[in-house]
Amino acid sequence: MLSILTGTAANRRTAIASGVGLAVILVVAFLAAGAVGPAIVVAVINASIRNMVPIAFGALSGIFSERSGIVNIGIEGMMLMAAYVGFMINVALSVPGVSPILQTEPVRLGLSILGGVLAGGILGLFHALLSIRYRVDQIISGTVINMLALGLTGYFYLPGATTLGRLPPVVVNPFSADSGILFWLGEILFKKGIITYLMFALVIASTIGLFRTVWGLRTRAVGEHPRAADTLGINVHRLQYRNLFFSGCLAGLGGVFLTLEAVGTFERGMTNGRGFIALAVMIFGKWHPLGAAAGALLFGFATALQGQLQFFNINVPHQFVGMLPYLLTVIVLAGFVGRARPPAHVGKPYEIE
Amino acid sequence: MSELSVAAAPPVKSFSFIVRLLRHAAVPILSVLTAVLIGAVIIALAGYDPVMAYVGLLDGAFGNTAGLTRTLVKMTPLVFSGLSVAFAFKGGLFNIGAQGQLVMGSVLSAWVGFAVAVDLGDPVLSTIVHVSLALLAGALGGLLWGAIPGILKAYTGAHEVITTIMFNYIATNFISWLLYAGSPAEGIPPGPFNDGNGVIARTPTIMPTAQLPVIYDPPGPQFLHLGLFLALITAILVGVLVSKLKFGFELRMVGLNPTAARYSGISVKRITIMTMVIAGALAGLAGAMQTLGVNYRYEPNQSLGLGFTAITVALLGGGDPLGVVLSAFLFGVMDAGSTRMQFNSGVPSEIIVVIQALILMFVAAEQMIRSLYRIKAEGDTGQRLSTGWGQR
Repeated sequence: MLSILTGTAANRRTAIASGVGLAVILVVAFLAAGAVGPAIVVAVINASIRNMVPIAFGALSGIFSERSGIVNIGIEGMMLMAAYVGFMINVALSVPGVSPILQTEPVRLGLSILGGVLAGGILGLFHALLSIRYRVDQIISGTVINMLALGLTGYFYLPGATTLGRLPPVVVNPFSADSGILFWLGEILFKKGIITYLMFALVIASTIGLFRTVWGLRTRAVGEHPRAADTLGINVHRLQYRNLFFSGCLAGLGGVFLTLEAVGTFERGMTNGRGFIALAVMIFGKWHPLGAAAGALLFGFATALQGQLQFFNINVPHQFVGMLPYLLTVIVLAGFVGRARPPAHVGKPYEIE
Repeated sequence: MSELSVAAAPPVKSFSFIVRLLRHAAVPILSVLTAVLIGAVIIALAGYDPVMAYVGLLDGAFGNTAGLTRTLVKMTPLVFSGLSVAFAFKGGLFNIGAQGQLVMGSVLSAWVGFAVAVDLGDPVLSTIVHVSLALLAGALGGLLWGAIPGILKAYTGAHEVITTIMFNYIATNFISWLLYAGSPAEGIPPGPFNDGNGVIARTPTIMPTAQLPVIYDPPGPQFLHLGLFLALITAILVGVLVSKLKFGFELRMVGLNPTAARYSGISVKRITIMTMVIAGALAGLAGAMQTLGVNYRYEPNQSLGLGFTAITVALLGGGDPLGVVLSAFLFGVMDAGSTRMQFNSGVPSEIIVVIQALILMFVAAEQMIRSLYRIKAEGDTGQRLSTGWGQR
């Protein structure tokens, strides 16, 4: 299975490391279950996954963009804009008087997700336009997107807007509370919204896509050596535009997860640095979807502990617990990951001769 | 041929200088104008009156001596923090951590301000010593917060973009612990730096000897403190350091091409650490300005987002000290005027962020402005401050 998903030895190591990480978390969870009871462990795991979703999408967004040679620090803005647009479409469709067909849950929320994701994709294209057509420094272009999204969503923000509701869980837990471990496993595996499942599916899909398809080979070639790719007849810029659109859409999924699945409402600046953390996770995972997903889960886990540590009877000021995810990221980055090697041509504009 | 080139040379040298300057400034000026125009359209779209909004903005920023003072006071920390980010860019590092360094500097300078008593008999002498100590503490706080990512980068390769962002969050949590107001009802004691008011997270007020001297006090609550001049002097010093000294040469070389720098015998590790040390100290001073010159204590919301605005200030200023001062002034104007604008016309102050983003975009995408206004390009266009995740 691993060899299907990964190509080179380095990628395999990343995948193995993610697997080992997951195993460690599972063992810790199992031991903790004995100490504090399964309910708290399951709550921590579910909170980990909830915190993981937007960051994993953001990291995938970064991978799509950087693997094709374009630095994307605008993920934060793309997420925020998508969160806003998705929410506002939901608000607009929830107003009384809109046709009842549009107000049915699948149509209303489907359109909201679509709109939000497209908003992210459009910002991705905008990033590509600035970086490729206008040769703007890619860091500046990303900063522009972050600021535009923060400013525009804040400017057009409607306080107190309400909707008919957010995404429901896709499947209920089929096991009853007296079926023991199966019930608790069910609590983890089921009762999630569609975007959460989509995240796991897209992590697998983009791994296969990047390392097992023609598109993936071309994308990586453009990120590593665009001149060589160009010589072989790949339309470098067209590929970059297309991948940046996908990149924006992926960040958009992370955004709509916040407003349509997790929280249900929009607040000013609600992405709160997740786009930047996603970049950290992307580098942590060495530009590999599986590694990034493992990093996002680790980060989500550290964030989840924050909310649950009180149950473990540990008496530390909550501010120090709050540092945990960030400290952990720094320690892992410095101690275990070391020199991450980015795609060779990332950040430099490519001009076709 | 030689005759031709003589004929082509402009007759008066000083005149050609002005033409060059105008040509140089044309793109930034037109960028600002275009951004303001698009901003007007957005204001009108939401049903407000753009003329009223901009009149309010300018009135708040320049309207009277108080407005101008407000602009200069808002500009001061932005010069320091903008220099911090610009300096790191010169060394090829992207310091997103100015925010964390800034608040650490702010808090540490507040601590020297309220916890250390300096009484040398003479009030002037006491002020000089106390303010210097507090400024030093501010620089030190930022320095520490910048040095750790620098050291991590140099020795483990951990990328500074990630570590500095993480250190922003760590600083936020750490300071929230230092300033924690406590909860008397639950018997939780306040944090070590809290003034014991039981409700608000803030430090005690600093002693009068630690306050930056007021150099101009127009009618109204605004007053201008010495910080502006410190900021301008620092800008000059940074300019000299970067373009005239050996260290600056090494810094730029590492920034442009670390591999070449290494082969020519420069210690890339040392330069990397020093870049972050100095960038951190500059950001720390920005925080100290707010504490010692404006608030006279540290409260968490006094420096909201200053370190992130610094990135835009540095980018807009092209990474050059004079450019940073000018763009800090522009941002000071918008910051100072935004409250009046919101009060007069009801336009949400977020429009300022949109306009700033558009200015940055147009300045960076010169071609857009050039083709829009039919200005001919001269030489190399487009800034290149960063090269992705640049390895070293």
